[in-house]
Amino acid sequence: MQAISFENVSYSYKQADAEYVRNAVDGVTLDIEEGKFIALLGANGSGKSTLAKLINGLLLPVSGEVKVFGKPTVGDDQNGLFEIRRRVGMVFQNPDNQQIASIVEDDIAFGPENIGIDREEIGRRIDRALKVTDMEAFRYSQVSRLSGGQKQRIAIAGALALEPDILILDESTSMLDPKGRKEVMEVARSLNREKGMTVINITHYMDEAAEADEIYLLKEGKLVKSGTPDEVFSDTATIRECGLELPRPAMLAEKLKAAGIISNVKITSKEELAEEICKSLRKN
Amino acid sequence: MLRDLTFGQYYPTTSFVHKLDPRTKLLLLIAYITAVFVAGNFYGLAASLLFLLIAVAFSAVPLWSVLKSVKSILFLVLFTFLLNLFFYAKKEGDTTLFWVITKEGLISALFLASRLILLVMGSSVLTLTTTPVSLTDGIESLLKPLSYIKFPVHELALIMSIALRFIPTLAEETDRIIRAQKARGGDFDSGNVFKRLKALIPILIPLLVGAFRRADELGNAMDARCYSGSKNRTKYKKLKFTFRDLIAALFTAALIAGVILLNNGAI
Ligand SMILES: Nc1ncnc2c1ncn2[C@@H]1O[C@H](COP(=O)(O)OP(=O)(O)OP(=O)(O)O)[C@@H](O)[C@H]1O
Ligand SMILES: [Mg+2]
Repeated sequence: MQAISFENVSYSYKQADAEYVRNAVDGVTLDIEEGKFIALLGANGSGKSTLAKLINGLLLPVSGEVKVFGKPTVGDDQNGLFEIRRRVGMVFQNPDNQQIASIVEDDIAFGPENIGIDREEIGRRIDRALKVTDMEAFRYSQVSRLSGGQKQRIAIAGALALEPDILILDESTSMLDPKGRKEVMEVARSLNREKGMTVINITHYMDEAAEADEIYLLKEGKLVKSGTPDEVFSDTATIRECGLELPRPAMLAEKLKAAGIISNVKITSKEELAEEICKSLRKN
Repeated sequence: MLRDLTFGQYYPTTSFVHKLDPRTKLLLLIAYITAVFVAGNFYGLAASLLFLLIAVAFSAVPLWSVLKSVKSILFLVLFTFLLNLFFYAKKEGDTTLFWVITKEGLISALFLASRLILLVMGSSVLTLTTTPVSLTDGIESLLKPLSYIKFPVHELALIMSIALRFIPTLAEETDRIIRAQKARGGDFDSGNVFKRLKALIPILIPLLVGAFRRADELGNAMDARCYSGSKNRTKYKKLKFTFRDLIAALFTAALIAGVILLNNGAI
């Protein structure tokens, strides 16, 4: 089943005094299959966050239609909208601005409380969410004392407590140190592999993107390319045009090809590159 | 300094008083305050002091911490004392000690000052044994009946808990801004009061702007987690009265009874 489908979706932030505002998302059509790990790429201001907010109905399309598991996001169906928000968990960029309560377990309880889950079940959900995010030891800790990576894992746990089917990470690792980044990505990957959760990772780290099943590339609100990492990163011209860099192995592969050392350019991982270099060494 | 505000003066330990339901503690504090106000003579105040000391003993908080709370209002106590001492309305038959000071004036000033000290020490037992978070829960629960007359109890409690959550975050940000401004040559420690107040502007403006940005992001995060106001909402933490609360209530009832009897000279 399609987890998410966009049909010619546009959105613009209306401003009272501006005559013309460029569409922040402009005629995007896409289908994301359930259980996929997606990377959404694009330069600053290319519309990634806007697209993410269109998925869970925080924003409603100006034209076109957004469907989540076949249900369109429309404003006059409040209950439908809340059900979509429950099914689409979202973690934002700044680890400091997402927790409502001072104590970890109270914060995780916030989502389930909102949708009227009873107390015993909330308790069980907190247990499970903390286990998955490996934060059990911090159940009674003060949120403000946690590290950035831990705060983001609590934010994931807060989303998981609503038992979503889709998890969106909107640059959730960009304010973290490498250790925190790794912790958060590990949680996201294991959710995808073990629970079959659809994950959409908005990121500026190409090495993170290279590990996704599919990549969607945005430029000025338009979807300019999508496909597997190999497909997308081999189109180096488009990548550059979008103001992005290649993942480091792909960058090196490109230079090696230019120097005539290797012949394959569809390379995104270190392993592939190593194999390719070995091959060409063996040939010579 | 600001950082410590989340936990306020909370003294983390486990004790009989710590384990009491926050609602019990709030209600009993109100009862205690009433007793201190009702007390018409020093015997009544002595009874209240005894009650307070027993409460402190059962709270495992060092008496020193409770006394420290008086320090912050020392000026107010002194002021009250002097005001009552000098402006005591002299009556027929009062004994003048010297100048305008009478024995009765001195007694009344002492009485009022002791009352003030007892009030502050009593409230500090509450804040020393209860986290602001559970105080918020207690207040929300006590105000619950008001929601029937459309008073926004849930919203008020949410505002309070978000404020508590963000105090440490904003304190950290303030620190950072101050350091950043100092690095640019900002000077906050010299000059007269006006100069120093003016120096605060470059701290307050970025702080305020930052707070609005945070509020925006927090609003998104709350919406994303299905927040829709108080309707159909459940609560994970449920406050429960226990046997302990009953004992504390009986004990406080004894204080009130004692004070009333002492007032009438029955004991
Ligand atoms: N609240 C808003 N009001 C008006 N314009 C906005 C608002 N939010 C975003 N925009 C504009 O919409 C466009 C897309 O912004 P968006 O935040 O979706 O980009 P992004 O790809 O997430 O960028 P970044 O990498 O910086 O997070 C930008 O031109 C931005 O200026
Ligand atoms: Mg963004």
